[in-house]
Amino acid sequence: MAGLEDLYREVILDHYRSPRNRGELETPPALMAEGFNPLCGDEIQVYLLLEDGVIAEIRIGGQGCSISQSSASMMSAAVLGRTPDGARELLRSFKEMMSIHEHGLDGEAISTDDQPGASGLGDLEALRGVVKFPVRIKCATLGWNTLDQVLDQAGT
Amino acid sequence: MSTATLDTTTVKADFPLLSREVNGHPIVYLDSGATSQKPRQVLDALNRYYEEINANIHRGAYLIAEQATTAVEDSRAALARFVGASAAEEIVFTKNATESINLVAHSWGRSNLSEGDVVLLTTLEHHANIVPWHQLAAERGVVIRWIPLDDDGRLDLTDLDHLLDGVRLVAVSAASNVLGTLPPIRRIADAAHAVGALCLVDASQWVPHYPTNVADWDCDFMAFTGHKMCGPTGIGLLWGRRELLDAMPPFLGGGSMIQNVTFEGFTPADVPTRFEAGTQPIAEIVGLHAAVDYLEAIGMEAVRQHELDLTAYALRTLMERFGDDLAIHGPHDLENRGGILSFAYRDIHPHDLSQVLDQHGVCVRAGHHCAKPLMKVLGVNATARASLYLYNDESDVDALADGLAAAGDFFAF
Repeated sequence: MAGLEDLYREVILDHYRSPRNRGELETPPALMAEGFNPLCGDEIQVYLLLEDGVIAEIRIGGQGCSISQSSASMMSAAVLGRTPDGARELLRSFKEMMSIHEHGLDGEAISTDDQPGASGLGDLEALRGVVKFPVRIKCATLGWNTLDQVLDQAGT
Repeated sequence: MSTATLDTTTVKADFPLLSREVNGHPIVYLDSGATSQKPRQVLDALNRYYEEINANIHRGAYLIAEQATTAVEDSRAALARFVGASAAEEIVFTKNATESINLVAHSWGRSNLSEGDVVLLTTLEHHANIVPWHQLAAERGVVIRWIPLDDDGRLDLTDLDHLLDGVRLVAVSAASNVLGTLPPIRRIADAAHAVGALCLVDASQWVPHYPTNVADWDCDFMAFTGHKMCGPTGIGLLWGRRELLDAMPPFLGGGSMIQNVTFEGFTPADVPTRFEAGTQPIAEIVGLHAAVDYLEAIGMEAVRQHELDLTAYALRTLMERFGDDLAIHGPHDLENRGGILSFAYRDIHPHDLSQVLDQHGVCVRAGHHCAKPLMKVLGVNATARASLYLYNDESDVDALADGLAAAGDFFAF
C-alpha cells in the first residue's frame, strides 16, 4: 500500500512551504500562459522572460495543492538558465516519469540524455511517488503543461 | 411501513460496499452528494431483471417483453407517486439530471425563447443548470441573469422583483451541492408565475433526502437523478407539467419516439415516449424502482430527520474540535441547510486534505464541485466537501474529525 510519505516527500513539503520564483513578471516583455486543472479548479500562471536564448526569469502565480505548487516551484528552479530546448528536454523527462502507462506503478528508472544541463531531474525525482496516486498526476504536471504553452508562445 | 426513526445499523448493513475496507480502515463514505451507495435490494433487482425478464420494451408480443415493459411502466408510476406528480406520463426517463435540463433547454427553450428573453439562474447552480443556458445564450441571444447570495450562502431575494423583469424561465436548485443551502422553491415559483415565467427545479440534491411534492412547489419542470437516491447510474428523470410536455417537440430523434415515419418525415409519439428515443436503460429503470421502494419503506420523513440530527452533530463536533481552524461554508442554521458540508481547514488545500483522509478510509470530495461561478463568489478555487446520507452515523462524523486532526498534524508547518 502506498503511504502518505510516498507522496509527500520532505523536499516536496519544503517547496510547498517556501515556493521558489513565486510572483509575476511584466508582460510584455515577459510571456505568460495560464493552466487549469478542470478536475479540482486549481489554476496556475507561468511567466517567462527569455534573454539571449535562455530563460532569464520565471515566475509562478495562481493557487493549488501541495503537489501542483511544489512541482511548479521545483520546475521553476530547474529550468532557470536553460535554453527553451533544454527546458523541453526536462519537461519530457518529467512527463516520462509521470507516465504510469510506460513505467508501471513501481516507477522504473527513467532514461536521461547526454545533453549538457539536462542530465537528470534532481529534486524533481521526489515527485516519482505521485504515480502511485494516479489522480494527483494531473496536479504534478499542471505547471509543466503550462510551461509547455508558454514555450509555444515564445515560438521555440 | 413508515417508521419515525431510522436504525443506522440496519440501514448500513443493507449496503454491501459499506462493509469494505480502504487503505486498511473500514470505509467511511461521505461523498453521497456525488453518488450514493446502493442497497442490496437495488442490486438484487438489477440481477433479477437480467436473469428473469430481460427483453426490449414496447415491442415484442411475448411474455418476457411484456414483463419488462410492465416493469418499466411500474417504475414510472412509482416515481410519479414518489415526487407527487399527478400522472405517470409526466415522468420522462433520461440518462441523468444533466440530460433532463438539456431536454428542457433544447426542446422548450428552442421553441419558446428568442433574443433578449431572460433566463434567471442562481449563483448556487451546478454546471448542469448553467451550461445548457449558456449554450442557448450563444445560439440565440438569450440573456442569463443571476440571483445573488447573501453572506450566509442563502439566496438574496430582496431584488427578486427587479431580477424577474423580462424573465421567461427561472431555473433553480432545490438544494445546493456545495453549500447545502435550501432555497425557498415555492416562493420563487410563485414569483416566476406572477410575471408569466416558468420555474425549473434542479432537485438532484433534494429528492434523495427530503419528501418531494411538485404540486406543493408548484413548479413547472423538475430534473433529478437516480444514482444519488440509492439507484443505479445511467438513469435520470424529468418531471414536467403535462400540458407543457405535450406542447414540446422531441429532443433526440430515433426509435420508439415516433407514431409514424415516412420517406417525407415523421410524427412524434405522445409524451413521455416522445422524449425517450432509442432503447432505454431498462435495468436501471427497474433498479431505480427498487430504490424508491427502499426509501419509501424507511420513510422520507425519517431520512430527513436522521440527516438533520446528523448534520447538527457534525456541525457541533467540527466546531468543538477545530474552532476557528475550520470554516464551514454556507448557512449554519439547520432550517436552511441540508447535510452537505463544504469546508476549509486551516490553509490545507482540499486535495491534500482528501488525500490524508483517504489514508484513514474517509471518502470526501475535493474540488470545485462543478460550480465554478459559486467558487468565484466564495473566493476559493476548491473546497473539501463531506455529504451525509441515510447510512451515515455519528461514528462517520467522528472518523472525519479524526482524519482532519491527522491532516492538521501532517501539514503542521
